Amino acid sequence: MIKVLFFARLREELGIDGLQWPWQAGMTLAELLSQLQGQGEPWASCLAQPNLLTAVNQAIVDSQELLADGDEVAFFPPVTGG
Amino acid sequence: MKQGNIPPQRARVQSSPLDLQGMLQHFQPYDGQSDEYPTGAIVSFSGLVRDFNERPEVTALTLEHYPGMTEKVLHQLLLEAQTRWQLQDALVVHRVGRMLPGDIIVFVAVASSHRKDAFAACEYIMDMLKTRAPFWKKEETDNDSYWVDARESDAEAAAAWLKAHDGHRQ
Repeated sequence: MIKVLFFARLREELGIDGLQWPWQAGMTLAELLSQLQGQGEPWASCLAQPNLLTAVNQAIVDSQELLADGDEVAFFPPVTGG
Repeated sequence: MKQGNIPPQRARVQSSPLDLQGMLQHFQPYDGQSDEYPTGAIVSFSGLVRDFNERPEVTALTLEHYPGMTEKVLHQLLLEAQTRWQLQDALVVHRVGRMLPGDIIVFVAVASSHRKDAFAACEYIMDMLKTRAPFWKKEETDNDSYWVDARESDAEAAAAWLKAHDGHRQ
């Protein structure tokens, strides 16, 4: 399984802070994203935001990142701390 | 204090108020036992909640973060600063949760042999924190609350450091 997390505006728009998603061999981050979007609205449009950031195991990565079983994947808007 | 890798405990996130005097007092390069005195400059930065930002009358601010990743990124920024400049020590403390105008959001302190290194490292840590550390601000006014948008100027400031070759901003 993949542990998926959502933060800030995205968490509020989706109405959920995280979920477990089945892992498949050879799965990339882009494929996970497309499967999540395939759940219909609000997933499709919320996860299509162009400036969305993604982290795998708490490090920012791009969409070609290969996922391993048990990975923690997070989706979030651009950061605004400090 | 001897030169060495800055430990992870130097990057902290807390929901309780930041005690400026206490943090400054504890960020001392010497413990009274030293026989070497390499530190010549301590620079610190405090970031405060303003009562105006995207809208004119901000009454409160709530900071969300990504527990675990936040601490890792903040520590990474301290280590990066240490590879760019000669630092004896560095500290970053960031507050999360709900806070009011005037409250301290973030505190950064840097100890170096030279003031220019200390100023530059402190600014580097803040510029990188703004674009890389997973924090999100939600502001409140009397009748509304909204997520703060990321600023293009913050992204430009971070990019300028990555372009700079000599460790100083161009």
